[in-house]
Amino acid sequence: MESPPITTTPSETQLIEESEEFRTLRRSFRNFAFPVTIGFVLWYLLYVLLSGYAPALMGAKVVGHINVALVLGLMQFLTTFAIAAWYARYADRRIDPSASAIREARGAVVHAPREAAE
Amino acid sequence: MNLIASSATDHRGLTMTLFGVFVLATLGITIWAGRQTKDAADFYAGGRAFSGFQNGLAISGDYMSAASFLGIAGAIALFGYDGFLYSIGFLVAWLVALLLVAEPLRNSGRYTMADVLAFRMRQRPVRTAAGISTIVVSIFYLLAQMVGAGSLVALLLGVSGDAAKRWTIVAVGALMVLYVAIGGMKGTTWVQIVKAVLLIAGTALMTVLVLAKYHFNLSTLLGAAADASGKANAFLEPGLKYGVTGTSKLDFLSLGLALVLGTAGLPHILVRFYTVPTAKAARKSVLWAIGIIGGFYLMTLALGFGAAALVGPKAIKAANAAGNTAAPQLAEQLGGGPGTTGGAVLLAVISAVAFATILAVVAGLTLASSASFAHDLYANVIRRGKVSEREEVHVAKWAAAGIGAVAIVLSLFADKLNAAALVALAFAVAASANLPTLLYSLFWKRFTTTGAVSSVYAGLTSSVALVIFSPVVSGGKNSLFPHSDFQWFPLENPGLVSIPVGFLAGWVGTVLSRRQADPAKYAELEVRSLTGLGAH
Repeated sequence: MESPPITTTPSETQLIEESEEFRTLRRSFRNFAFPVTIGFVLWYLLYVLLSGYAPALMGAKVVGHINVALVLGLMQFLTTFAIAAWYARYADRRIDPSASAIREARGAVVHAPREAAE
Repeated sequence: MNLIASSATDHRGLTMTLFGVFVLATLGITIWAGRQTKDAADFYAGGRAFSGFQNGLAISGDYMSAASFLGIAGAIALFGYDGFLYSIGFLVAWLVALLLVAEPLRNSGRYTMADVLAFRMRQRPVRTAAGISTIVVSIFYLLAQMVGAGSLVALLLGVSGDAAKRWTIVAVGALMVLYVAIGGMKGTTWVQIVKAVLLIAGTALMTVLVLAKYHFNLSTLLGAAADASGKANAFLEPGLKYGVTGTSKLDFLSLGLALVLGTAGLPHILVRFYTVPTAKAARKSVLWAIGIIGGFYLMTLALGFGAAALVGPKAIKAANAAGNTAAPQLAEQLGGGPGTTGGAVLLAVISAVAFATILAVVAGLTLASSASFAHDLYANVIRRGKVSEREEVHVAKWAAAGIGAVAIVLSLFADKLNAAALVALAFAVAASANLPTLLYSLFWKRFTTTGAVSSVYAGLTSSVALVIFSPVVSGGKNSLFPHSDFQWFPLENPGLVSIPVGFLAGWVGTVLSRRQADPAKYAELEVRSLTGLGAH
């Protein structure tokens, strides 16, 4: 059996939600996730629109048989890898420490021991 | 069909043997996993004991379907650059999952997508809506895979006729039910891991062989592909498939939108985040998945252009008009060509990998939909939560059998449907019905039950209805009903319209709600989703 999760009641969580630590955590998360999401979706849509509506530009040769379309396509791969790595670093430094600080202040180390102990 | 069929008989025995080994090995794993499956958390979430890396492999296994492996390689081989456009959408989509969905979902849900959607809402209406949309998305996706499996077997084994296709569909259906009912999430996850490793190894081998032929010079490979295509430089530029008319350009935009927003709303992908112990492990699994899937799609570039250059579009089209056999044909060519032992061996290996791919993906889909049926519709809606976990798991196993039966029957009738269109439709429904509701639930304090129910149903009905009135179903040469014409929606992919409809309906439903959102419940969801407090 999965042991019963630590229950969080609305009143307790409301207190946490109003705390300064939690507000900072939420700000760190949202200030990264929201603008970066908007950014990469726009960057992807730009690429899709260029593919549809700017064939001359996309067909221009860069080197050998490699054209702008291929370079931009490969850049989508690169930016995807880069954003993923950037977020991993950011989350390690800015999100995980404050999330676990809040968990510990609440008197519970939530994950590993409980799940592993089964 | 000739090229493949003529040598198909040479390698049929070998392909069947390799495939038999895969089936036996995975069934062995499944039985082993079944013995360790004791409670609901084991069955639905693999005991939440997988590591980030293992789950990353399993996610890749779930995601790299036959449509990716065979479909994209074929599309690149025939349409050049336009085939590559698919892979980019499929990959970039993972950033939505990474940044907005994976960690909050892991922290606040338990077994299904509906756990998160219904967290702060009235349970029954939201679970009903989310359960229905989970099952609809999964069935469309399942149909695509099974229909694909049927035609693939006919082609690769050189057996023609409807009987062989039907038996393949029945066998695939029976196996996927066994994997799920016996092995649960633990068994299914290991099947995905084995399949992902096989697929990556097979693709990497072919990529190296292709590149070696061109002295590892991408430009030379592209030049050879452009020459062999007969379309010269246009083959390397966007537009061969989607650039013909104003409508097809819009269709491409619509597809692009559905691809990039659909992934993070696919229920069989979302449940994978429950198989790891923490949100951090969920993040790591997406990071691994992005690396593995990205690497795989880069390799399909070599496969597709390699098939164009070495096999040639004429031979590919002769074997399968949609290009679905380009990758196996390339394998045969790389092994030494038709009629050689090397060619037969490599063809057999790649064919077996393709079967493994289909089997693993259908198992993942069956698990996600039967879990949603048992956990959301049966336990929480029909029995209003008054049901033991044991009974719930029991129902889930029967639901797997039921969904397997439905999928088999539908696939037998739907074998004329285009597999790629079905997959794109599944992505469009996921992006229109599931993603808006998920994002609003997690990040919009005022979002209400009425808003959630509206966005799921509006996204679901608008995307399905627009497809019914699109050229996919009627009014065109390649339609499901080519002789009827009730088509009025010009695009094949509904995303451009139905995704905004889903988002808009959630907003309108919320604004017009009579009941306000409960700020205390939102505080609970927000604290849990960001900190992991109280996570299961």
